[in-house]
Amino acid sequence: MTSNPNKPTFNTDRSRLFKDRFAKFGITAGGIMVLVALLLIFFYLLYVVQPIFESAKVEKRDSFQVANSQQIAGLGVEEQTEVAYLLSQQGQVDFYSVQDGSFGKKLKTLNAELPSDATSFATSAPFQGHYAFGLKDGTVMVVAPKFLVTFPNNERKLTPRLDFPLGEMALEVDEQGAAIKRFAFSHYEDRTAVVALTEDKRVLFSSFVAEENMFTGEVEWVVERTELDVEGRVDELLMSPDTTRTFVRSANQVYVYDTRDPSDVEQIQLLSANEENANIVSAQLLAGANSLMLANDNGEVSQWFEVNTDTGREYQKIRSFETTKQSKLNVFTEFYRRTFFTTSSNGELGVYYTTSEAKLWQGKVSEGAIQNFAISPRSNAALILADNKLTVLEIHNEHPEVTWSALWQEVWYEGYPEPGYIWQSTSASDDFESKFSLVPISFGTLKAALYAMLFAVPIALSAAIYTAYFMSSKLRKVVKPTVEIMEALPTVILGFLAGLWLAPLIEEHLPAIVGLLILLPLGMLATGLAWTKLPTKIRHRIPEGSHSIILIPVVLLIGWFSFAMSEFVELWMFDGNVRQYLTNELGMTFDQRNSLVVGIAMGFAVIPTIFSIAEDAVFSVPKHLSNGSLALGATQWQTLIRVVLLTASPGIFSAVMMGLGRAVGETMIVLMATGNTPIMDWSIFQGMRTLAANIAVEMPESEVGSSHYRILFLAAFVLFIFTFIFNTVAEFVRQQLREKYSSM
Amino acid sequence: MVKQWFKSGSPWIWMTGGAVSISLISVLGLLAMIAWKGLSFFWPSEVVQFELEGSISKQTVIGEVYDRELVPKTRLAATGIDVSGFEKEEIERLLIKTGNREYVDLDFRWILETDIKNKTTPATLAVFERSKNGNFYGYVESVIKDGKPVEGDKIEALHELVERAVDLNDEALDLQNGDIGHINYELERLRLKEKGYLLDNALTDERVAELAQERAELRAQYGVLEKDLFALRKQAKRDHVTVKDMRGEVVTIPMYQVLDVWFPNDMGFFAKLGHYFVQLGKFVSDDPREANTEGGVFPAIFGTVFMVMLMAVIVTPFGVVAAIYLHEYAAKNAVTKMIRIAVINLAGVPSIVYGVFGLGFFVYMLGGSLDQLFYPEAAPTPVFGTPGVMWSALTLAILTLPVVIVSTEEGLSRIPSTVRDGSLALGATKVETLWRIIIPMASPAIMTGLILAVARAAGEVAPLMLVGVVKMAPTLPLDGNFPYFHLDRKFMHLGFHIYDVGFQSPNVEAARPLVYATAFLLVSVIITLNITAIGIRNHLREKFRSLEH
Repeated sequence: MTSNPNKPTFNTDRSRLFKDRFAKFGITAGGIMVLVALLLIFFYLLYVVQPIFESAKVEKRDSFQVANSQQIAGLGVEEQTEVAYLLSQQGQVDFYSVQDGSFGKKLKTLNAELPSDATSFATSAPFQGHYAFGLKDGTVMVVAPKFLVTFPNNERKLTPRLDFPLGEMALEVDEQGAAIKRFAFSHYEDRTAVVALTEDKRVLFSSFVAEENMFTGEVEWVVERTELDVEGRVDELLMSPDTTRTFVRSANQVYVYDTRDPSDVEQIQLLSANEENANIVSAQLLAGANSLMLANDNGEVSQWFEVNTDTGREYQKIRSFETTKQSKLNVFTEFYRRTFFTTSSNGELGVYYTTSEAKLWQGKVSEGAIQNFAISPRSNAALILADNKLTVLEIHNEHPEVTWSALWQEVWYEGYPEPGYIWQSTSASDDFESKFSLVPISFGTLKAALYAMLFAVPIALSAAIYTAYFMSSKLRKVVKPTVEIMEALPTVILGFLAGLWLAPLIEEHLPAIVGLLILLPLGMLATGLAWTKLPTKIRHRIPEGSHSIILIPVVLLIGWFSFAMSEFVELWMFDGNVRQYLTNELGMTFDQRNSLVVGIAMGFAVIPTIFSIAEDAVFSVPKHLSNGSLALGATQWQTLIRVVLLTASPGIFSAVMMGLGRAVGETMIVLMATGNTPIMDWSIFQGMRTLAANIAVEMPESEVGSSHYRILFLAAFVLFIFTFIFNTVAEFVRQQLREKYSSM
Repeated sequence: MVKQWFKSGSPWIWMTGGAVSISLISVLGLLAMIAWKGLSFFWPSEVVQFELEGSISKQTVIGEVYDRELVPKTRLAATGIDVSGFEKEEIERLLIKTGNREYVDLDFRWILETDIKNKTTPATLAVFERSKNGNFYGYVESVIKDGKPVEGDKIEALHELVERAVDLNDEALDLQNGDIGHINYELERLRLKEKGYLLDNALTDERVAELAQERAELRAQYGVLEKDLFALRKQAKRDHVTVKDMRGEVVTIPMYQVLDVWFPNDMGFFAKLGHYFVQLGKFVSDDPREANTEGGVFPAIFGTVFMVMLMAVIVTPFGVVAAIYLHEYAAKNAVTKMIRIAVINLAGVPSIVYGVFGLGFFVYMLGGSLDQLFYPEAAPTPVFGTPGVMWSALTLAILTLPVVIVSTEEGLSRIPSTVRDGSLALGATKVETLWRIIIPMASPAIMTGLILAVARAAGEVAPLMLVGVVKMAPTLPLDGNFPYFHLDRKFMHLGFHIYDVGFQSPNVEAARPLVYATAFLLVSVIITLNITAIGIRNHLREKFRSLEH
């Protein structure tokens, strides 16, 4: 192939044929590659998005017999699900291996060595990892099973031990020394709080703060105790991990105490919390501890959290879940996410996610009643104690917060006064719940596109019609490429000018913009009218189809006039400050980087696209059609409206579709010319956040494989589908048009 | 009469004509504005000394007039200024760039025109361009050479010493980035080599000794070079200059911080013109300083060009082959239709979607696999499993594929079929016809497509933000260290530079002229590329038109 073409080649016909075949094959493969590339994008996006819509899966891994299972009070598992531990009522902690290979092997037994007999047991919020025994002498002992991780020979080795986070001395909860029947506790920063029910039916709240004695260096407890006033029997006690709220459940009533200040414990609410025709059987705090989960004996579990009302913050019932109608319904919660689990007497396990109101999984995991349950810190495994056996479950539940309805419907988030569409993906706080509603950013996308189209379509189409139909061909040769060169202008430059030059300009000269809108059309008409009054001699000197050249100085003059007048109009009508006028008199918020700025800037980006395609469509209308119309006595304008535009209308439609596709996906302009706040408001003076800008802002920070990452891929997928539809329809219409013209 | 005029439809013709005027004005106005703002930045504007008194206490302000605007009296009153003495409804105020960033609170300040009691432009006012804290404005008091004040012509001595300090700094920088950078690079390679041996269980004592020896050699070289570097730095620190600033205080500026000094009020037109081109040259060839708000944009230009060339190498064969398939081989069937729809859609899919795809597929999936296969020793630091210039080029190659296809296909369709038929009739096979006749004839069209693709890629920012661009890259993707091309490195890009400096920098006001200058640079490159492409295309059309007759 590379030989000198002047020399005769001595290739045999066979090898030439082979080369021909081979090249055909290669080129065909190359052509198909284009299709493959598009399909690859489509399916790859889908592949990344798909896991968020999978529901949870729970699988049994293995189980082993536990000898004294009736004595077990609490259980837990190490972070990587290698070691499980069981705490007995006597303070004994057994560590078992739950790793493959040595499953069920007892590794170690440690003893808390309680100073007196235990009469009750309680666990902290799961993420704190504390367990406590209430003792016969009115004291409470807190323990925490811990693992020392070492890497001898590059292998991970765990050494279990038992920590006493509050010292090896028990905390004296009741000064009178009555046995503790029930209690709840939490250790937060330097404070430990315990709420306890004693054998003689007193409910005591006590707060312990460790203080170091300045002279001796010994640590002493500064204790404050309050007796709470509860009528009736006490069924359950709960405390939020930060010790600010304490809940006492007495049958179907829940007393809510504000325990922020231990010297001033105050009852703030009394809830009658049971469902209709049902009684509460158990209660639990959700991760983050802003929500109270109450299980009823009819199988309903209701979620309550504090909502701002006219009378202050109050607990309200937000939503409820239908679970199983079995007795011994218990609720367990995850470490960090808002997932909760229900267990019941027939061995059924349910997995639910509160915010997305999703039932993720339900099924039978044991024969008999589930006696105890614990979730692993990474939420990918759980332990159940049932039928004298400890079973390890594997849980696949990566994206419980995302469901189709949570993405597109109003969701009531914790702490919000009402359900809403909220996009708020990250925050500094640990127990923050991500809020992924695609509605506000989709809304922003449509809003930005709409304002851009409002600006671009009239100008681009008018200009296209004039250029194609009225303009002299000499001028057209210059004008068309000039407008089209704008398509090549990087959008980052348009965005930068919009954000740093146009936005302040509009803010300063708002009346000028309104003035331009009114004065420009009027000025053009006036020029046209004045033109007819000019002597024919002068008129005939200027060639036909130069209207736009004549209008250039007019437009410039009007532009200058509008901006020069702006200050005076502002002084005269708006007290010298339109912004203040808008805010004070009309109650409109004014952002400097608003939809008007985006509309104009993105309009400029879209004008060349629409102009170019529409101009082609109008220009390629066969000349004999318009000539025929003109010959029959129709005016230029009548011919244009009734014949030319009608024929070219599919092409114009396709131009607008292409423009819309471009406006929907534009990133840099919206990123730079709006404040990027995900609000839902049609106001022209407020900004928005679009799908594309949202991806550009958040993608670099999102963790690979997280829900956030996948939702951003979903946003990209939505954009892909949007533009795919617009482009395909536009192309299809254009093809049809081309065939129509060729037959004319 | 008017009624009839309206009935004739000509008002609407005027209106549509007006739309063309608006489009033209905005296109040309936009380009003119960018050019003006971008180019005027380098002109040495005069430095004015203002004596102020009135709404503020009596003081002197020295600086360049940066901007001016009219403010209504009412708005001034709202900010707490006593406006009772003003006669006019609107007051002019000036934005002054005062420089001297470390001595004043703000290096930009608004002053009211009514406060100006006196305004002078003394010829002895000097502007110091510094490597830290921006410009300094003031009067040269004394030039201190090696601890002793210079006698005689201070200014000449100053220029001489500044030049010396700049030369020394350049030398030190060359040493640091060149030889010392090379040694650091080699040391890092040795570390990876050792880790690689360790992973393969091939780290024999022999090899350990070998590595240790190489390391020792490098360290020894390093020691020598380091001494040279310190010596250079010490020499650069020898001289100082003392300057009286606008507060009337004498400030000492070490000479090694001074990059340039000029006396704008003392310059004639040609001196200013000369200075203008020097500044323009520095902008194109220098590294950025002060969080990109000052200095040049050389690494961004280099990064853009490098990435775009890499992309061109990838996209051209694919685009041309696809176009040849569509025009020469494809049958009229459903598959061809689908491919055409795919081309249209590839052109229409938002660029950010390509960015997302590139990040997920190229960076994490392909890059992650490459790292596992070929760079296990670098773990956990990713080599290709992180955004970089290669992934950027690949992503943009898909993005610009349709541009090449459409342009090439247009060129192919303009070649008269008689040419093809002639070649086939003489017994050439199809591929021979293609290779010897068609492609050479279509090469200007391919060129056009390539130029348009390059222009598109050079202006695209959104996908690059995800797949490899950074605000500040310490090293270029091409340098003197083996293997010379570092496709895994991140790079700087002109478009992203505009976004970053204009919107993410702490001192937007100071950076704004630089952003305009960068924008002008980018726009002029892209417009030039486009005009060239259009020129080639038109030329081609003419050529084939004559061929047909």
